[in-house]
Amino acid sequence: MSVSNTNTATRRSAIGDGFLRLMSDPMGAIGVVLVTLLILSAVFASVLSPFDPAQINVPIKLQPPSWEHWLGTDQLGRDVLSRALYGGRIALSVALISTALSVGIGVILGMVAGFGPKWLDNLIVLAFDTVRAYPVIILALAVGPIFGAGLKTVIGILVVTSIPYYGRIVRTSVISASKADYVEALRAMGMSRVRIVARHILPNIIGPILILASMDIPVYIAAEAGLSFLGVGVKPPDSSWGLILDDGYKFIRQTYWLVIAGSVPLITATLGFTFLGEALRDTFDPKLRKGV
Amino acid sequence: MFAYALKRIGLGFLVLILAISSLYVLILAAPGDPASAMLGPRATPALRAAITEKLGLDRPMPVQVFNYLISVLQGDLGIDLRSRQPVLNTLKIHVPRTLELLGASLLISAAIGIPLGCIAAVRRNSLFDRVVGILSVSVIAMPAVIIAIFGMLIFAAGLGWVPAIGAGDGEGLLSRLHHLILPAIAVGAGWIGYIARLVRASMIEVLSTNYVRNARAFGLPARRIVFRYALRIAVAPTVTVIGIGVGVMMGSAVFVEIVFARPGIGKLMYEAVILRNYPVSLGAVLAASFILIVATTLSDILNALIDPRFIEDSE
Repeated sequence: MSVSNTNTATRRSAIGDGFLRLMSDPMGAIGVVLVTLLILSAVFASVLSPFDPAQINVPIKLQPPSWEHWLGTDQLGRDVLSRALYGGRIALSVALISTALSVGIGVILGMVAGFGPKWLDNLIVLAFDTVRAYPVIILALAVGPIFGAGLKTVIGILVVTSIPYYGRIVRTSVISASKADYVEALRAMGMSRVRIVARHILPNIIGPILILASMDIPVYIAAEAGLSFLGVGVKPPDSSWGLILDDGYKFIRQTYWLVIAGSVPLITATLGFTFLGEALRDTFDPKLRKGV
Repeated sequence: MFAYALKRIGLGFLVLILAISSLYVLILAAPGDPASAMLGPRATPALRAAITEKLGLDRPMPVQVFNYLISVLQGDLGIDLRSRQPVLNTLKIHVPRTLELLGASLLISAAIGIPLGCIAAVRRNSLFDRVVGILSVSVIAMPAVIIAIFGMLIFAAGLGWVPAIGAGDGEGLLSRLHHLILPAIAVGAGWIGYIARLVRASMIEVLSTNYVRNARAFGLPARRIVFRYALRIAVAPTVTVIGIGVGVMMGSAVFVEIVFARPGIGKLMYEAVILRNYPVSLGAVLAASFILIVATTLSDILNALIDPRFIEDSE
């Protein structure tokens, strides 16, 4: 009992220490603040939004910021602040769901490739190489309209194209870990392959993978906005920062507020998550830094 | 080495075949029938039947894939529904423009990124190093669509330093370069940061090696050590990432071509998708994948040439 208590206490203080170190790095502190603000604004979007984001009111279209509409209105008279807040919800959900799915599937495939039979390894690696042969945005433009623009398609494309990235890293780590002495010893003891990978190798490699994944969140956020801008992502009346940017770009001669309203949250989100990811990596796994 | 290069090219070819086939299957396996998707609102039963027969969509899938592969390898990518010309002709106009943009972006990002990373490494932990570090991280993270829009608004529409739209076709080399510079910077911006970080990291490693210490002990001037000896080794890792870089930049190029109304694969695709010009959008993806596969294959072979240990690592 007392032993486990000390253990929890040490672990807790290790996490607390890590957090303090994270906050002492200016980039980390900025990242934590920006990301916290973003998550709060997305979670409470329905409370914070002064208007219904889909409510059309054409007579007041393309207005500059005012006391009533803090970020002005778009070409249909919708309140841009409300749309930006709801857009944050979409951006964060796409990023989190895509990260979780691609890491999950990537880790499983990577482990199978690294520890499974050689033919299966070759097959998986070939599949990874094939997927990586498509430039993501261009592939999305081609298949997006066929599967129908929307959240599911965006997430599907992002997940499929990022699985090989995680899969390859996990595969390489599993292969190098399986040469380690302790794995040889476990094998000699008669432990099954699956158990060795799941119980002994995975815990060793999952930390760096999760840090890499946190650094990919801004990439997904940017991709969602980009695809929505191109018309193969989120569709109106749903809201997305990419859609606001697209409207802003189309109506740039009338007003530049829309472009600003679309880009400020997008820049904040990508920078916030990037700074946080970088600081997390430096704090918890400085070894990763070498590879840039 | 030669065996490795041959193997790598073979693998590249195999991946290309697989990429073409899976794209074809993916598009045909999509919900709804492809003939109506291709026709869009114009679909009538008669037209749909005609398209289905013309494209051989009524045949078994493996036969279709095989036929499609054969025709692609023969350069037959179908007919551009808008210009009524072979898709290959349309691609011949647009692909070189994207290649020119990618080439210019790679050059610019190397020309700016390498010196920045180099100086940051030499003056490690100085203010310059920190500023370059934060700027690199920020531009790497910045979404391409933002860089494209603001680059256009500030430098073309606002300051008027460069033309806002087009590629300066038929206006002579100088005008074309003038049209190219801002889009190339916009496409390469993230890569400037990436290269700067990469060069900084490897430069720091090289500067701590024994032969650099030796050179210092011999009293060689620091400038000479850094630029003549260390840099040559420190830039090697940038070659390794050219393959990845081309993939990332091609994504940025889509936004840049659309925002700057530059002809190229991205703009071609965007318009083809709006007009449901499927043969063109398929052809454009294939062209883009082909470029990407060639780039990764070349960068792997180049890597093996620079450092034979790479062959072992990639096994």
